[in-house]
Amino acid sequence: MTVVGHDREVATSPSGVDAPAPVASSGKGPTKRRRFEFLYFAVRNPKLIIGLSLVLLFVLIAFIGPLFVKHPYTTFYLPFRPPSAQYWFGTNYFGNDVFAEFVYGLRESLFVGLLAGCGATVIGMTLGFVAGYKGGLVDEGLNVLTNVLLTLPTLVLLILVAGFLQHTSALTEALLIACTTWTWSMRAIRAQTFSLVSRDFVGLARLSGEKSRSIILREIAPNMSSYLFLVFILLFGSSILTAAGLDFLGLGPPNGMSLGIMMEQATDWSALQLHLWWWFIPPGVAITSVVGGLYLANVGLDEVFNPKLRAL
Amino acid sequence: MRRYLARKLIIYVVTFWVAATTDWLLPRLVPGNPISLLLSKLSLQPTTYNATYNLYMKAFGFNRPWWKQYLSFWDALVHGNLGVSIYEFPKPVTSVIADSVLFTLGLLIPAILLAYFAGNKVGAMAARRKSLDNTVLPVSYILTGTPYPWLALLLAFLFAAGGIGHFFPISGGFSYGLVPGLNWTFVWSLATHWVLPFLTLFLVAFGGWAIGMRNLIIYELESDYSHYLEALGAPPKLVRKYAYKNARLPQITGLALQLGVLVGGAVLTEVTFSYPGLGFLVLKAIGNDDYFLLQGIFMFIIIGVLASNFIIDIVYVLVDPRTRVGIAGA
Repeated sequence: MTVVGHDREVATSPSGVDAPAPVASSGKGPTKRRRFEFLYFAVRNPKLIIGLSLVLLFVLIAFIGPLFVKHPYTTFYLPFRPPSAQYWFGTNYFGNDVFAEFVYGLRESLFVGLLAGCGATVIGMTLGFVAGYKGGLVDEGLNVLTNVLLTLPTLVLLILVAGFLQHTSALTEALLIACTTWTWSMRAIRAQTFSLVSRDFVGLARLSGEKSRSIILREIAPNMSSYLFLVFILLFGSSILTAAGLDFLGLGPPNGMSLGIMMEQATDWSALQLHLWWWFIPPGVAITSVVGGLYLANVGLDEVFNPKLRAL
Repeated sequence: MRRYLARKLIIYVVTFWVAATTDWLLPRLVPGNPISLLLSKLSLQPTTYNATYNLYMKAFGFNRPWWKQYLSFWDALVHGNLGVSIYEFPKPVTSVIADSVLFTLGLLIPAILLAYFAGNKVGAMAARRKSLDNTVLPVSYILTGTPYPWLALLLAFLFAAGGIGHFFPISGGFSYGLVPGLNWTFVWSLATHWVLPFLTLFLVAFGGWAIGMRNLIIYELESDYSHYLEALGAPPKLVRKYAYKNARLPQITGLALQLGVLVGGAVLTEVTFSYPGLGFLVLKAIGNDDYFLLQGIFMFIIIGVLASNFIIDIVYVLVDPRTRVGIAGA
């Protein structure tokens, strides 16, 4: 077995934290070379390329799709029509244009997923940094909080909350998802912070009288930026899945369209028995491609950032 | 080892307390309360409304001071009393749950265990073996990115609704005409209804385990002890064996973390197949505004998840010798 790019210094843990600090804080030269090195491996990584193109394809559809929608999804046409030149994805039980539903549903699902993913990353980052940097009692307290939330089944908790809230908007849905899915990321970021805090450059920053906040933001965060990005990708993907699950159970925003709502309606109005496959296949293909693509890109990026994994 | 398990137990007790309190607090936090939500659907005359409202408030104890309500909630919980279901009035929530819990367990336990073992084996085989990796990895990514309800719909369409054939029934836990009992027709009907929901849960979980194990094995094969073993001239098979043993540990922790996700997946799958387990009951509880039933199911799932977590902790202690001698903490 050959080992390519075997770099003992870099990987402090199996996760892809950037190279040790001196590189990042000692002038422009090495940083620049490192960037190019990442790019060099990025364009040669099939996982990253395939995953990213899948995600971008559907993001593109979400952006420019509305230009091609000829029939608004709230208007009723002849029902049960299979896909044709007129109705690209056919029409459903009620006679709505499935393509229009798909485009606007995709926009909504990506929007909720992105918002929830961002929110969860911010919460996980903040708590992880604070716990890892402060240590002691603060760390203990935040750890208990995280472990408790980690043990609770997220979707079931969300079902309970959404069931009682009655009226959810896309924004509250995203917020609810963000508030429940950040847990594992906090633990991961906390562990990374722990390993960085003991490094010399953080001690130096402390000695020079930098405030805790600026040490975290300027010294610690940039040194695990690639890792934070990976965390965000995973949270983005899982948020899309969670939102689809909630929508499927009828607990999403009551007005509007999403990929989960499409699947719910297809199930409720016997798309299976009527063989309206064009009604429920597109939303699932979109979710699977985007989420699978995100996960794939995550592993690809991990290999780009972490030389140990590039081998073979 | 005792310290490790004790720490875990404390977390579980706190979790249970938080979950139970959330369960109790939620209906009291929402604008209005379950009673007014319930009665608003009935369109009653104002006087009748007030009388019914007061009667229900009293019957469910909503008019007492909050701390008394909280204490009596715990008192009831400790005695296994989760209230009365509105949807199947006057059946107690516990017996409504008892009717469907076996269906969920019969689905979840085999799906979780088989997916875990099969996924780990296949993932370990795929690591650093190019040809196998190139097939296992993409399939696993597709599976793990699939929403449960969609895979359920797809399988139902292909194998039940006639996309490929009518091999399995499309929905339900057993055929409608049958009376539950220990005879071959019933058991057969039970088994055929079980296959597709099981397959849905199994496949999605399988993908996740396979990817996780594959990545972990690669990390392990690149670690110092593996290289040392190789340098000593150990056969690759032996190195992989050690890598597998070490990669197993994070996967066991992962199993504990995944439980919540798997339970959520079971809810979605059961709803798609109208499979009469707890998940389907959740939907019925929401649809009928049966908040007591919803709360009861939540409590029940929490207890199940906590118990399974504890079992996994014990397994971890058995598998990882370091926890037994107290080298590694919780």
